[in-house]
Amino acid sequence: MQQFFQALTTGLADGSIYASLALALVLIYKATEVINFAQGEMAMFTTYIAYALYTHSHFGHTLSYWPMFFVTLLIAFGLGIGLQRVVIRPLEHASVLTVVMATIALLVILNGLAAWIWSPELKFFPSPFPTTAWVIGGVHISKQDVGTFAVTLGCVFVLWVFFRFTKLGLAMRAGAVNPGAARLLGVRTSWLLALGWGFAAVLGAVSGMMSAPTVFLSPNMMQAVLIFAFAGAILGGLESPIGAVAGGLGIGILLSLLGTYVHAVTPELRLPVALLILLVVLLIKPAGLFGSGVVRRG
Amino acid sequence: MAPLLELDDVSARYGPIAALHGVSLTVDDGEIVAILGANGAGKTTTLRAVSGMVRRAGSIVFGGRRLRGSPESTARAGIAHVPEGRGIFAELTVWENLRMGAYVRRGKPDMQTVLAYFPWLDTRRNQQAGTLSGGEQQMLALARAFLQRPRLLMLDEPSLGLAPLVTREVFRVVADLNEKEGLAVLVVEQNATIALTAAQRAYVLETGKVATSGSADELKSNDAVRSAYLGY
Repeated sequence: MQQFFQALTTGLADGSIYASLALALVLIYKATEVINFAQGEMAMFTTYIAYALYTHSHFGHTLSYWPMFFVTLLIAFGLGIGLQRVVIRPLEHASVLTVVMATIALLVILNGLAAWIWSPELKFFPSPFPTTAWVIGGVHISKQDVGTFAVTLGCVFVLWVFFRFTKLGLAMRAGAVNPGAARLLGVRTSWLLALGWGFAAVLGAVSGMMSAPTVFLSPNMMQAVLIFAFAGAILGGLESPIGAVAGGLGIGILLSLLGTYVHAVTPELRLPVALLILLVVLLIKPAGLFGSGVVRRG
Repeated sequence: MAPLLELDDVSARYGPIAALHGVSLTVDDGEIVAILGANGAGKTTTLRAVSGMVRRAGSIVFGGRRLRGSPESTARAGIAHVPEGRGIFAELTVWENLRMGAYVRRGKPDMQTVLAYFPWLDTRRNQQAGTLSGGEQQMLALARAFLQRPRLLMLDEPSLGLAPLVTREVFRVVADLNEKEGLAVLVVEQNATIALTAAQRAYVLETGKVATSGSADELKSNDAVRSAYLGY
């Protein structure tokens, strides 16, 4: 039982990271039907920026963790908007496949650029949480896991509030459903798409900064995480933000439990298992568990 | 007095295919004007040209100003365009659709006035808009357009896919909005009978040009129009 709860908390922490990256994928997919393959590398790149903010002195002093964290989110937001304006927007009238190819190009560029600027070797990245654990009824609950879970889902929650309760959030949802009609109501959908990229980049930065203390900072650090996030997004349904979060958490928990109880599933098998889940979902229920329940009529 | 909307020699094309060849028409303040014509005559394209949803040439002046030619700026200039297919946000609720109508307006949307015209919306506010019937969706689109507080309402085939009784109801509301709110209306319609009953004036389009125009009464008694569009 102890083992179970420990596996569960680790799974929830990992899962929250997959969930935020999966949500970033869904944000862009829902608005433009484009899978952003560069999502993981955008996260990696912003984590390097966080690292640079943290380790180098700027104007004579270094930033401590939380100021660095929020400054990174701001920079990520700007970079996300910038990428959409400079790279994606000129392809507005191109086919979805063209845009997807552009995101793959971005993936390669960001990966190479990070290795060029910061060297490809592994770097230590700080965690804001202590490495100790709470012991509750014999179960060791790592403070790192709880902190990761809280920060990541906290950001997801803030985003949910924005989409659910603000006029701009409503306009972004409307623009995703029917961009033509939204424009006829005066919505500048092109800017809202850029805003969506900004939010996706912020979610990526959160997932990058929360993964880096355990996977270490390197240009390839987010590649496996992105695949887990893909599996999560597909499991929950690419059209469904709630599905992406639930799917990401589900993948995290599932992999953690499998690793604990099924001895054949060694860490080397985590990726193949995630891809297997992805395949099975696509074959059996392509819309995912939370796939669009929209009823259309008339 | 200058007309509210004035199209002068407007042409439009979809890629290599020309859809409008020099259409000129006007809509005055507080007037209902209909555009009639067969399929492919350019009725929908005329509205799309005004909204900047299609590349166009020629001059389009609204309220004394040239329209800049993007859907966003047209909406912000005071034209509400209910497009072909009604443009409902199917995944959003009825209420969210209405709030989107007031998107560019400051302050709280005037839901009370809307509910006076469309009382049934109140009880359906949390329903997903895609689950409404065709007639209800058309009414929702009208209500949403009204919340834009436009000076001109452009309707594209409001009768499409609706039962005759429902169509009549839609046109009754349009006439109501025109009469009580002074809203000018430019309506594209295949159903010439009902359009000529609601409108004061009409233009008949044929292959991208204005073939005939005049008051509704003149057109109703015009033999060519009668045999081609009214069927008697």
